[in-house]
Amino acid sequence: MKDGLLIRSIEHGTVIDHITAGQALSVMRIIGINNGTSAVVSVAMNVPGEEMGLKDIVKIEGRELDSREVDKISLISPDATINIIRDYDVVSKYTVELPSEIRGIVRCRNPNCITNTGEPVASAFTVAKDPVTLRCRYCDHIILSDIAEQLI
Amino acid sequence: MSFSLRHVISMKDFTREDIDEIFELAERLERVASGVPCRLLEDKLLALLFYEPSTRTRLSFDAAMKRLGGASIDLGSVEASSVAKGETLADTIRVVGGYADAIVLRHPSEGAARMASEYSRVPVVNAGDGVGHHPTQTLLDLYTIKRENRLDGISVALVGDLRYGRTVHSLAYALALYGARIYLVSPPQLRMPEHIKSDLLESNIVVEETSRLEDVFESVNVLYMTRIQRERFAEPSEYLAVAGSYRLTSEMLSGVRDDLIIMHPLPRVGEIDSSVDETPYARYFKQSFYGVPVRMALLVKLLEGRDLV
Repeated sequence: MKDGLLIRSIEHGTVIDHITAGQALSVMRIIGINNGTSAVVSVAMNVPGEEMGLKDIVKIEGRELDSREVDKISLISPDATINIIRDYDVVSKYTVELPSEIRGIVRCRNPNCITNTGEPVASAFTVAKDPVTLRCRYCDHIILSDIAEQLI
Repeated sequence: MSFSLRHVISMKDFTREDIDEIFELAERLERVASGVPCRLLEDKLLALLFYEPSTRTRLSFDAAMKRLGGASIDLGSVEASSVAKGETLADTIRVVGGYADAIVLRHPSEGAARMASEYSRVPVVNAGDGVGHHPTQTLLDLYTIKRENRLDGISVALVGDLRYGRTVHSLAYALALYGARIYLVSPPQLRMPEHIKSDLLESNIVVEETSRLEDVFESVNVLYMTRIQRERFAEPSEYLAVAGSYRLTSEMLSGVRDDLIIMHPLPRVGEIDSSVDETPYARYFKQSFYGVPVRMALLVKLLEGRDLV
């Protein structure tokens, strides 16, 4: 590939970089990008990164992320970086941080868990790293793979 | 006094000190469990919420409360209660918490007791949540081993359905706290789940696995028998063959260690022949009795704070 911009830069908005290769579509779902979205969105998948193999990138114009969205992204892509762009400049850049506990953002996979029975309680998990492992606070069920499918 | 639990949800919440403290009190309360009058929990009210059938757990909590001079109220059958009208457990717990000083809960969903404890202003005791936890059973099992043999450095064979039996799962974790050597005896299709085995090995205890009951007779101090359920097998003939090979009779007990104790959470359906009842090794009825002083000790700790006894 020749040098140059793979996708265009944005004026105001967010660049989510170093997304685990293949997870860009899940990231877009997390931040609510769908066929009704009018903002400019650029997506690059399986881009060769500088340090560690392939990565995905999502850029969205005119939008910043809330902490709940950042937590969700950290679960499926723990090395992602968030760049806040204003007037084409990066005004803030940080790596997502895996929270030690999450509440109400992932559904427990155990159908018989109390959080899946219509009770008013939100799901809750403790989070361990390398690999990302979720343990249900209520039923002890462990989620190790396909976390994106369980996002609420 | 170090006991710090406000609710009793899972054995994982207990430290070894918590367990030892409960057992010390349980031993002092055995006399009361046998009928010596006591008014320790006079004026206290225990609510029994059983969303699933249970005979002995419910009766033993009821007996424990009444022997301590307290009283109990019972949700009764689920069909006849507000649950049948669609009330959430969270609401039921808040309502009942206004009537009683503690709640004993059995519920078909895993995690029900943990959730209930978050909504309750009074202590919640988990009496079984789906295939999840049943900590008071584990405590009374451990207590039986302590009273009838010893806890430290003991060799225990867990026999029968080790795959689905929640009782043996949490007992295995608890035994690991005491450095036990654990023999897992089950048919291949009902082996202990891998994640539990690896947790046990990580806690640096010796775990051995076999499918032959006779392999362990000479090595163990405790034989913990469990029921093998018919519905776990596709073919009735397969069930009969497996169940038959895990049936304990008195003839099999020559050559066992003198201090062997035989336990079973009951009810039994043929795993232990009645001829074993008369041997010096049988402890399963003693074990069910110990459920009362152990539950008494828990209730006292939860209801009366730390400095009463």
